[in-house]
Amino acid sequence: MSGAPIEDAVALAGRAARGELSARQAAEAALERVDCLDRRLNVFLAVDREGALRRADELDARRASGHASGPLHGVPIALKANMCLEGVESNCASKILAGYRAPYTATFVQRLLDAGANPIGMTNMDEFAMGSSSENSAFGPTRNPWDETRTPGGSSSGSAVAVAAGIVPIALGSDTGGSVRQPAALCGIHGFKPTYGRISRYGLIAFGSSLDQVSPFARTVRDLELVTHVMSGTDVRDSTCLDEPQLNLEDGDVRGLRVGVPKEYFPDSLPRDVRAACDAALATLERLGAVLVPVSLPHSRHAIPTYYVVATAEASSNLARFDGVRYGTRSEGSGSLQSMYAATREAGFGPEVKRRILLGTYVLSAGYYDAWYGRALKVRALLRRDFETAFEDVDVVVGPTSPEAAFRLGEKSNDPVAMYLSDVLTVPVSLAGIPAISVPCGFVTVDGKRLPVGLQIAGPSRADARVLRVARAFEAATDFARELPPIHAGGVA
Amino acid sequence: MGPAEAAAFGPQLVAILAQFEALTAVDVEGVEPMTTASAGENVLRADAPAPSLHVDLALANAPARVDDFYRVPKTVGGEE
Repeated sequence: MSGAPIEDAVALAGRAARGELSARQAAEAALERVDCLDRRLNVFLAVDREGALRRADELDARRASGHASGPLHGVPIALKANMCLEGVESNCASKILAGYRAPYTATFVQRLLDAGANPIGMTNMDEFAMGSSSENSAFGPTRNPWDETRTPGGSSSGSAVAVAAGIVPIALGSDTGGSVRQPAALCGIHGFKPTYGRISRYGLIAFGSSLDQVSPFARTVRDLELVTHVMSGTDVRDSTCLDEPQLNLEDGDVRGLRVGVPKEYFPDSLPRDVRAACDAALATLERLGAVLVPVSLPHSRHAIPTYYVVATAEASSNLARFDGVRYGTRSEGSGSLQSMYAATREAGFGPEVKRRILLGTYVLSAGYYDAWYGRALKVRALLRRDFETAFEDVDVVVGPTSPEAAFRLGEKSNDPVAMYLSDVLTVPVSLAGIPAISVPCGFVTVDGKRLPVGLQIAGPSRADARVLRVARAFEAATDFARELPPIHAGGVA
Repeated sequence: MGPAEAAAFGPQLVAILAQFEALTAVDVEGVEPMTTASAGENVLRADAPAPSLHVDLALANAPARVDDFYRVPKTVGGEE
């Protein structure tokens, strides 16, 4: 383990605002860390070197001319490659969008820019956010800095590793079925999915519109709180965005907090070492004054099929726009419009995206709609009701984020069902639209390598601040989030 | 997709649909479908004109364009 201390965004912005560090220096240092680690870990699909240095100089000039600094002044950040920053390539790790440069900036990115943050590039991911390992990227997998032979999780793989390996203090992912919480768990950092609608989706390239939520990664909870606060709030360009002011953070501890422990999240199949780490985390919460309460979420076992019906249905509809007409790569076919569409999509999409488009089209098709999609929406309502019932008795619900630590690259890549099952503990929360965070809660040792384990803390709809408060109390009482992987910008092993 | 891909997808899709099959056993009698994940009402902006993307920017990513239009293969006649 390398021992270099890592500075979080709050500390870095504070130094930059006081003039102890220029935004230019912060950007140059982050770009050096990219140069040092990117080839080895495959974190970035596009590095916006020129833009990052230009923005840094503008920030320094504004500060020099007496303008007040924003709360993220000079903080280098990374964006997932399904997010729009004007002029920068955002290709969703897909051949079909290779070369696509966003013609506008996403609302949440603009809010970060206004707060002084400085995006340095777009990170690798599973193609169109479909996957749990980064192996569905058209540009090769990202590697886990705890063990390069293993996945960092997915689909927000590059953003998770950008934070875990110390390249940037904050990176954004998108969480549709666990795509931020699962990689946060597998990389030993924090990842927070806010309540659906907390953050505008304008400028996030859509996968499953009733599930997608912009979600940040950071090493510290206070960084997650700050960046979520900055990005939150209504947006005239996204009608599903909550009509609520920015996040009101909660002070305080967890004394008297009622923590629900769903029996369905601790099945017999859960590996013993993962269970032990989670049990120890529950004991820590109890020691801090929380009260553990057994609860049941009886429809949890239906979450995976429900999720894969709903998400593929929405994906097949959203991805219809990639047809080689308005953007992306075109394959001409044999001369007609129809054959151009077919050739473009055949050459442009990878196998997992094709599988999901086929499934989604099938579950929405006439004659099958009620049996599959209609039924899945009803089971989704039951899953949400499970949580609502549990939250009548408890304040949060806690369990493992992932049923296993990081698995080997290649281990599940030819078995879609096995890969889907890695989302079993995160998709119920996604379907219910409620907030949840993954916090580092321990380690397991596999083949001589220490691999992180994550604990998921979920709260009722709109109780984002409560979820973050619990995470902050757990973080303060433990050291797991401070342990750095062997491959880290502070000292590569 | 090509024949090799179709052959590989066949058993995979069968396995996935077998998982979906479990949903048929759930009692959904009287349950209203959850058609939105939103925790609140939709928030709409005032119905007032606002600037939109400039045509050159909108067309900047087009694989083929003619003047201010996207160019596509001919849609009348042809093979299909």
